[in-house]
Amino acid sequence: MAESKYLTEHYGKPEYCTLDGYKKLGGYQVLEKALKMQPQQIIDEVKASGLRGRGGAGFATGVKWGFLPNNGEPRYLLCNADESEPGTFKDRLMMERAPHQLIEGMIISAFAIKAKKAYIYIRGEYTGPAAILEKAIAEAKAAGYLGKNILGSGFDLDLDLYIGAGAYICGEETGMISSLEGLKGQPKLKPPFPAVQGYLRKPTIVNNVETLAAVTYIIRDGAAGYRKYGTEKSAGTKLFSISGNVNKPGTYEVPLGYKLMDLINIECGGMKPGRKLKAVVPGGSSAPVITAEECERATLDYECLAQMGTMLGSGAIIVIDDSNCMVDVLSTITHFYHHESCGQCTPCREGTGWMEKIVHGIVHGEGKPGDIDLLLKIADQMKGRTICALSDAAALPVLSFVTKFRDEFEYFIREKKSKVRGGQIYAQMHA
Amino acid sequence: MFKLSEDGLKYVKSELTRYETKQSAIIRCLYRAQDENGGWVSPEVIQHLSEVMEIPAAQIEEVATFYTMFNKQKVGRYHVQVCCTLTCGMLGGRELTDAMMKEAGCKKTGETSADGLFTFSKVECLGSCDTAPMLQINRDPYIESLSTEKAVQLVRDLRAKAKGH
Repeated sequence: MAESKYLTEHYGKPEYCTLDGYKKLGGYQVLEKALKMQPQQIIDEVKASGLRGRGGAGFATGVKWGFLPNNGEPRYLLCNADESEPGTFKDRLMMERAPHQLIEGMIISAFAIKAKKAYIYIRGEYTGPAAILEKAIAEAKAAGYLGKNILGSGFDLDLDLYIGAGAYICGEETGMISSLEGLKGQPKLKPPFPAVQGYLRKPTIVNNVETLAAVTYIIRDGAAGYRKYGTEKSAGTKLFSISGNVNKPGTYEVPLGYKLMDLINIECGGMKPGRKLKAVVPGGSSAPVITAEECERATLDYECLAQMGTMLGSGAIIVIDDSNCMVDVLSTITHFYHHESCGQCTPCREGTGWMEKIVHGIVHGEGKPGDIDLLLKIADQMKGRTICALSDAAALPVLSFVTKFRDEFEYFIREKKSKVRGGQIYAQMHA
Repeated sequence: MFKLSEDGLKYVKSELTRYETKQSAIIRCLYRAQDENGGWVSPEVIQHLSEVMEIPAAQIEEVATFYTMFNKQKVGRYHVQVCCTLTCGMLGGRELTDAMMKEAGCKKTGETSADGLFTFSKVECLGSCDTAPMLQINRDPYIESLSTEKAVQLVRDLRAKAKGH
């Protein structure tokens, strides 16, 4: 197997960004086909394709769409382009290189779920991609792909871009809905799920950029065609964002089920000279870390990584070599979750702060005996006790780093210096 | 007293009817007002927006204080936001911030240099990990694949550019 350019086939061509270029390369042809189908046929096709949400949770897209109530209420399609899981940058590439690919996927999806209003929620820092999308939306409107009676089908859709302002929690779908409503981006209790009561308490489907873009390909090639890539339970291709200590970091599209080590060694050109693989965070910072030994067995699909006690998440792979101190790496992660906790739920608000304080204490050479057990205890108590998954997402890296690299944490506490970085503490490591 | 420009007022008025509810316009209007107020959201900005948008000041303030991209304190002309999360942290984001701050004459993050040009923040993942370490100045396009040397030179270049104007 090798890299499969399916969604990314034309990403190397600058003209793919423009309406004309996109159309010349086959763009908006699938929309014409889709508008002649029954909405339910599209939903069935997406269900049969096995497409799972590409934002992180991996929930079956067609099943999610099926949760919409049949009560005639207005409903919304919301594209999650908040992309803020540390390590993830594939959606940015998709919006920069192929804005119309996302728009076409959204029109088809909105038609399928009978939404007349759709939003793309993009993170505030992505000012470049936001400008590209604004232009593409205007082009699509002018060409009659958006607005009233699209291509004479009788289907109306209004699509707008909503801009965030810096908050990881807005990537959580109910937090995103709060933000879209003009409030603080704080998540809401589920149920009701957004498909039943979302934006303005109306049925709302929230899907990731890559998920919506994939819908076009499922309709073009049929569920069976889409399933030519990937495995039984993890169908299709996926864009992986790979960063860290590899020679060629970047975004690579491979079929699900691809070997993690092949991606590192073949696509990414392997480790830096003289360096050895130590660990990989396979699905964004929330995913439990796996050791070099575990990496040998890992395939990039939902089931393999779940069996290994971690997750595919957003497909953000952070490669860590033997020059890194795991205590130091974890310190950036604990800082992140403390900073990003929205503060609604006590276990998360307090727990993320305690964990950051303890890990930072250790990395500054001020660790105390008992810190490791205290960390494990706090992390354990943060799981499953809050409105959203941020608390669990903060606990999982701590539990996995401390358990799998316990010797580094014990050494740092005992010796007041890193086991790895020439016996340094934080101030020396980062001088 | 802060007041939006005439164009700014027009912008706010059009944003108010853009979304399903006018509350949804708060973020974009805050950006606009922040830009017109030299890069930060002062209490006067919130008061003014509240009057123009006919939305209680408390609602606007809660949005302004929840999101990191609204500066609640004055910042320099160049608000340098360096990513220090995970990959950027591993690949030198933290060292690079310290080196830039030293060059700019800032003792700590959040503090503006005496010449009023630079304020530094260590920020969380900006979604550009394959080009780590990287940073964003104000809301401009990302500056990527940096080294400490390049970053320090950037401070010098920006200072020279500011003096030239």
